[in-house]
Order: sequence, then structure tokens, then C-alpha cells
Amino acid sequence: MTTLDSKTLIVDNTVDAPGERAPLVLNMDKFSQVTATVCRVNEADKAPFAWYVAFAGALGLLSVLGACIGYLIITGVGVWGLNNPVMWAYDITNFVFWVGIGHAGTLISAILFLFRQKWRTGINRFAEAMTIFAVICAGTFPGIHVGRVWFAYWLFPIPNQMEMWPQFRSPLLWDVFAVSTYFTVSLLFWYTGMVPDLATLRDRAKGKVQQLAYGIFALGWRGSNRHWHRYERAYLLLAALSTPLVLSVHSVVSFDFATSQLPGWHTTIFPPYFVAGAIFSGFAMVVTLAVPARELFGLKDLITLRHLDNMNKVILVTGCMVGYAYSMEFFIAWYSGAMYEKFAFINRAFGQYWWAYWIMVSCNVITPQLFWFKRIRTSIPLMFVLSLFVNVGMWFERFVIIVTSLANDFLPSSWDLFTPTWVDIGTMVGAFGLFFTLFLLFCRYLPMIAMAEVKAVMPQADPHGAGAGKHGHHGHAHGHDHSHH
Amino acid sequence: MATIVTNPSDTKAEQPANPAKLYGYIAEFETPGDLMAAAEKVRDAGYKWWDCHTPFPVHGLDGAMGIQRTWLPIFVFFAGMTGTIAAFFLQAFTNSWDLHVWAGVWVTGYPFLISGKPAMSLPAFIPVMFELTILFSALACVKLMFLFNGLPQLYHPLFRSHRFRRATNDRFFISIEARDPKFLPRKTEEFLRTLDPVAIEAVED
Repeated sequence: MTTLDSKTLIVDNTVDAPGERAPLVLNMDKFSQVTATVCRVNEADKAPFAWYVAFAGALGLLSVLGACIGYLIITGVGVWGLNNPVMWAYDITNFVFWVGIGHAGTLISAILFLFRQKWRTGINRFAEAMTIFAVICAGTFPGIHVGRVWFAYWLFPIPNQMEMWPQFRSPLLWDVFAVSTYFTVSLLFWYTGMVPDLATLRDRAKGKVQQLAYGIFALGWRGSNRHWHRYERAYLLLAALSTPLVLSVHSVVSFDFATSQLPGWHTTIFPPYFVAGAIFSGFAMVVTLAVPARELFGLKDLITLRHLDNMNKVILVTGCMVGYAYSMEFFIAWYSGAMYEKFAFINRAFGQYWWAYWIMVSCNVITPQLFWFKRIRTSIPLMFVLSLFVNVGMWFERFVIIVTSLANDFLPSSWDLFTPTWVDIGTMVGAFGLFFTLFLLFCRYLPMIAMAEVKAVMPQADPHGAGAGKHGHHGHAHGHDHSHH
Repeated sequence: MATIVTNPSDTKAEQPANPAKLYGYIAEFETPGDLMAAAEKVRDAGYKWWDCHTPFPVHGLDGAMGIQRTWLPIFVFFAGMTGTIAAFFLQAFTNSWDLHVWAGVWVTGYPFLISGKPAMSLPAFIPVMFELTILFSALACVKLMFLFNGLPQLYHPLFRSHRFRRATNDRFFISIEARDPKFLPRKTEEFLRTLDPVAIEAVED
């Protein structure tokens, strides 16, 4: 995968040899090499040129978002293309899209942690960062969609002089609690995981400002094993708490639709279907971000081809689940015998929004099937392009679900089509600016890879194996007793 | 390789001008295996105020140090239950009961009929009860973990040592504090030498 000099080993770690663990860190056998590789990104005086270009672009898009939201607030939601039957369109599509993106980060950090998938260590930090930034983007949309944003606090049960409370029997309020809990817990998880790495940056910092900034956020971490003991417990608990949480979040998002009576929305398949779709789109976004990041910042030995290969396998599996859900929706529409349900689905595929439906199917069902081939799974340019297709497809999935069901409901007399305005499009594109601005700042100033975790999965970290040192023989006598703590 | 490079007198650069109280000794090791073997000996020697410092959690070191399992999960469980109960009462109060209570200000519940659903719709309350359970647990988990660890503590005597900075990079340390009842400067240093470290350093308080 890389050109190597005589000193380093050429390792293709995508080969599956039974009985042998594929290395997760390439061309490094010292812990200090991991530290140096990761910290170099933050410690360099200047970021790579491409970073500045990307950051300028992201800031440009962010200002588009700011302008569109400003215009919306001053003028009112009428600046969007919403109409009487289609009262949710781009805004809620974007909301569901961004919440979904976030799910891959939590899957990697929590679920793969519980399943002891050690390859997660190379990608979990920036996948979690992606989660947080995606949820920030997501949270923007319902906030501005309420129309009078200065009343957005009505979403929360705050004692007020009107003696007015939110309606807890509505899934929209469950959503407020689910998404805000999700954001808080993801932030805690991300930050807790980062504390030891911030301490590393603190201890290496040359300038006073860096030392102070990293020092404050490192909380005085000094690698104490008495601390590590509680830290590891806490981390395990957070993973165990985040796992049901992440499944609940997109289930609750799907309740926004599934608990209504609208044909095309009122289905029991929605919660699992939304969760699978969320993980599908999120992993595609991780690949989209990981491919350029590892090139740009020289992280190819830590985010190896095997990591990408594994992620592509997840995309394949979840893509199959999504494809299954699409076909099952059609089957149930026919099997239920409900004429409105039948119409809703035929209308999705062959009605006025047919093009959106078929973009969705080709991107989400056909594209991931190419990942059956190892050559495609391990080809950097191909996986990058395919991950973009999945991102596009998953945006259209939410658009199709939301808009086609609303535009053509029970009564033909109330039908209307949705056409986006420039503000709709500007807000959608601008959200990517917000996302990438935050992500690029993260890449520059925070440790992009969980150094402590990567070191812990290196063979040298095993006190009874490669890391045994000069007292290596000792391990056999006591090793067994201690391995269960 | 295993040269003991520093005695208290060798580390002038790291010490304040006035001789201060000794915080303790640190011993540096190269591999997790060396650290683990040494940690078992420190444990068996009966020291209480001592610690290992590693760049990552070393598997099995808790046992080698004789660390008791933390009570953290028990606290987190009760925090979670608090969240569940709080969420139930929040929803029941605001949507089901017509009570006038003082919560900082006087507040009143507001039961109202919507889609013919009963005022006390327990199934509809479950999602929020679940979310707040997780929220309370996670907040308690992180807060208590740092609290039990005595963090944030932005200053610590160990940060005086330049050598110790590698504890967050690639080296493994044992620290024995001067306040340990078994600590005797000469004897403890001798003892640390027997553990065969790469270096030993005295750290001032």
C-alpha cells in the first residue's frame, strides 16, 4: 500500500490468515512512534496547504448557512418551499440525515468496543468527533424550523409564567430528549476518551499557550494506574450506556413518522430500518472523511487499509439491510391490502418524485453491492466515490420518505408538490460548511487518533507477550491470576 | 542500559533553589512487562502510597498493584434510577396531575386531553424515562470517575520532572511517595534499585 524503504516491513494487513491477527498498526514498533505520528499534525507550525483550502471553502459555506438562517429568521419560514400538505421537507430531511451520520461514530466507539473489535481504536476518535459535529448540524434544523426561533425554549420543560408545558405524549418531544441526551453523552464519551491524549499533547507542548490550553483540558491527567482503573470502568459503562442510547435515538426519530397516520410513514419497520440506514450513512461519511484525512496528515499506518476494508464491509451489510427494508415496505403495502398504503408506495416509485426514489435505490441498494469484491473494498479511489454515492442516496432516502408521503396523502384535492427555494438549498449546502469547519478545526488542534488506545492494542503493550521486556519470564507465573481483573 | 542516572543531587535543574520537602521517588521502566514485575514487588513490599504511571492502561496491572475494584458502577446505577424516577415525575406532573408545587417558583401541572389519550399515558412516558436514565447515568459516571480520581488537579509535584513527561508517551513509571509509612529515603531508593529500572529520580514536593 505504501512505498517502503529497506528498514520497514511491507505488510498487506487486509489478508485474512486464520489463526493470525492482522496488525492494526503498520511500520511502527515503538509507542513513541505512535505519539509522534499523531501529535505531528497538531504540533506542526503550519497545516498542509490543502487544509487551508478546505477550511476557506468550509467557512464560505458556513457563511452561506449563516446568511440563509438570518434571512429565514428575519422573514419567516415562508422563504422555504413548504406548502400546505408538505410542511416538512428539506429541513427535516437534513435533520434526519445529520442525526443518522452521527450514528456511525457511536457504533464505532460503543458497540465495537463492547464487541472487543480492536480495529476501532484507529478510527474511533474522529468518528466520534464526526458524531458530535453531525448532531450539531442536525440540532440546527428543528431549531430554525419552529418558525419563531426565539420561542425554541418552549421545547424544554422550563417553568414559565404562562404555566405552559410541553406535550410529553408527542414523539416530537421524545426527539428533543433523545437528541439532546445523545449529544451530551457523545460529548462526554469523546472528551473522556481524549483526556489521556490531551495530557500527551500537554507534556509535549513547546509553547506556553499550547501547554496551558491542553493542560487545562487534560485536567491534570498523569497516567496513574489508580486513575486508569476507574477510567476504564467508566469508559466501559459509557459504552454500555451509549449502545442502547444510539439505537433509541434513531428509533425515536423514526417515531416522529411512524406514530402518525400518514400512508408511507405509519409502519412498524421504521425503527430498525432507520437505525440500519443511520449506520449505513454514517459509515459512508467516516470513509469519506478518513480517506482524505489519512492521506493529508500521514496517518496511513494507523488508519490502515484493513480499517477501511472493515468499514466497507459494514457498509455492505447495512446496505443490504436497507435494501431489505425497501422491499419489505413494498411487500407490506401490498400484503396489508390498504389502498392508501399501496398507492403511497407505487407513487413513490412511479409518481412525480420517481427520480428521487430511483436515485435512492441506485445509491443505497446497488452501490454497496460492489463491496462484495475485495478489490473494490480495498481500492481507495473507488471506496471514496462509492461512499459519496451512499451519502447522496441516504439524503434522498429521507427526502423520499418525508416529501412523497406528505405531498400525496389521502385526499387528492389537498395534494401539492414541493419545490425547494434557494434558501432551502443554501441551508442544506451551508450545513456542510458548519460540519466541515468544525471537523477541520478538530483535525488541526485535537488528537485525531486515540493514541492511548492504539498503543494499548499494539503487541508491545502486552506485558506477557512482546512487551514483556527483560523480565519476560516472570509473566507466566502470575499472568493468569491477573488477566481477569 | 539500566544506568541509574539520577540521585537527588543530580537533578538540580528540576529542583527549586531552596531545598524543599521530598515528594517521593519515581522509577522509570521501558516496557509494560518490566513495570508489571516491579509493581508486584512494590505491592509485596507493603507500600501503600505508591502508583504506576503508564501511557495506556496496562492489562493486568490492577492485580499486580492490588487495586480494589471501584464502586463506581454502583453509584452510576443509582444515578440512572434517579433519572428514571425524575423523568416519570416530570412527565406525570406536567401532563397528568393538577398540582401546585414550589420548585424555585410556584408551578402548576396542566393535564389536557389530546387525541383522547389518558392524562397518565405511561407507555408514552417511557422514551423520555429511558433517555433521562442514560443521561443521569452518563453524567454521574464521568463526573464521579474524575472526582474519585481527584481530578481536575492541574498541578502535581510529578509534573516537575521532565523525565516524567514520557509517562504520557512511551515510558512506564512507579512512584513511591514520601508520606508512605514504609518510606525511608535511603532504603526506598535501594529498594527501587533492586527493581532494575532504567532510571530513578527524586521529586520535590
